Amino acid sequence: MPNISKISLEICSNLPLNRNCYRLELCGDGLPVLKPGQFVQLDIPGKYLRRPISVHDTYDGRIVLIYKTVGEGTKILSQMVPGQSLELLAPLGKGFSPELCRDSALLFGGGLGSAPLFFLAKRLLADGKRVHSILGFNTAGDVVLTDAYRAIGIEPEIVTLDGSFGRKGFVTDAPRPDFDCFYTCGPLPMMRAVCLSVEAHGEASMEERMGCGAGFCYGCTIQTHLGPARVCADGPVFRKEDLIW
Amino acid sequence: MVRDLSTEFCGIRLKNPVVPASGTFGFGLELADLFDLNVLGGISLKGTTLEPRIGNPTPRIAECSSGLLNSVGLQNPGIQVLTEQKVPALRMRYSGCIIANISGFSVDEYRECCRAADTCDGIDIIELNISCPNVHGGGMAFGTDAKAAAEVTAATRAVTHKPLVVKLSPNVNDIVSIALACQDAGADGLCLVNTLLGMRIDIKTRKPILANRTGGISGPAIFPLALRMVNQVAKACSVPVMGCGGVCRAEDVIEMMMAGARAVQIGSENLRNPFACKEIVETLTGVMEELGIERLSDIIGCV
Repeated sequence: MPNISKISLEICSNLPLNRNCYRLELCGDGLPVLKPGQFVQLDIPGKYLRRPISVHDTYDGRIVLIYKTVGEGTKILSQMVPGQSLELLAPLGKGFSPELCRDSALLFGGGLGSAPLFFLAKRLLADGKRVHSILGFNTAGDVVLTDAYRAIGIEPEIVTLDGSFGRKGFVTDAPRPDFDCFYTCGPLPMMRAVCLSVEAHGEASMEERMGCGAGFCYGCTIQTHLGPARVCADGPVFRKEDLIW
Repeated sequence: MVRDLSTEFCGIRLKNPVVPASGTFGFGLELADLFDLNVLGGISLKGTTLEPRIGNPTPRIAECSSGLLNSVGLQNPGIQVLTEQKVPALRMRYSGCIIANISGFSVDEYRECCRAADTCDGIDIIELNISCPNVHGGGMAFGTDAKAAAEVTAATRAVTHKPLVVKLSPNVNDIVSIALACQDAGADGLCLVNTLLGMRIDIKTRKPILANRTGGISGPAIFPLALRMVNQVAKACSVPVMGCGGVCRAEDVIEMMMAGARAVQIGSENLRNPFACKEIVETLTGVMEELGIERLSDIIGCV
């Protein structure tokens, strides 16, 4: 297990990307080294359990998280302002394996699953790999992060379920460029469809309700071909072959 | 002034009363790289059964005000892996009191599991879990009936010379009668309380949040209830009591000890903060100083 630390960071910005998605930037001393696919557990004032959120980006001593207001905890988080501090546990989980990609990677993102894949894309590009991405959203109003991908030189293929933006359909409906390895993060049905229909090697980042987030409460166990596995500590990223759909 | 944090439980000297509770600290090893485990008075390991169990489906965790619900369902690798791998590996990293938490679905299973635990040198105390609310046909069924509790205590007592501590369920009308039944059947100590049976519903989907429908409530929400039960049982029984339920800071440890606990387990707080037990041990001395307590053992059962 990596050396998990508990640190207090300051909110530098916490701005909406659309009606229910926010981009949170945290800065401060003692920032842990984070790998693409890893997550942090945020201590949200007034909530008993921490909220696990995967890392979207790190730069200049900052951690960037993208989150959606789905419940009370994330709603409280969305109302916090720069200058306030947040305590978090990090780094948590095993991230993606960039070394799985020989030459060219395809990223399948669904909704905010596109956020951690961005961090991976940066790493793959830095390693000299080619990166393509197909990002799926429910509707035009949900589309986020396209500019972020463009800024690092990736033109994402956007699909929406209702066809209100980009191509209509699922991420699996979009034409695929050449690639030798895929990475996916998003809703379970989407990742299931990707893992079952794409032949190449690949990895999927799983999600589950968590307790500790650090591998000792066994609250987020899923069954895999390797036996019971804790999403927080044995994952959240798993090889396609190991997952049972 | 040097403050004495040590306490004695079932004839075993603990360097301090702080013990992570079963199910909230894995098998200890999962946290061995986070901090030096040797700061802990004891460690209660994850509930173990005779055979391996994969546990309940997910979601297994739900939140509530000042606490959480879990329905992990005794996921564990079985007693053989515990005694041959987990405990010896933990022993390499930890010299304090190791408590094996044993569960089962029949008196026979409890007995065989305890027989196996008895042969393991690294285990100092056997904690009989007759209070798990998340499995059907076992666990709590033994902890909510005085006769069944006595029967399983006597059966396990017969196969071990290690200190035997029974972990009690709060889901009863009269916890004192269960505690006395366990004491009379040969328990060396008692641990209370396990979780309270509860439920949460997702009001958007109109379905229970937990896949198992119900789960055990823990956390600060149950602290006053646990404290009351510890106080009642400590007054009624002669065997030592380990207090458990919603303890999240040094002041709570002291309150539990004033209520009658000789040692105190920390559960849910570990899930919020894996460093919780270490931090509680570190702050205990300061709180003792504020309260004018020289030896922690002096306050046990003062209320």
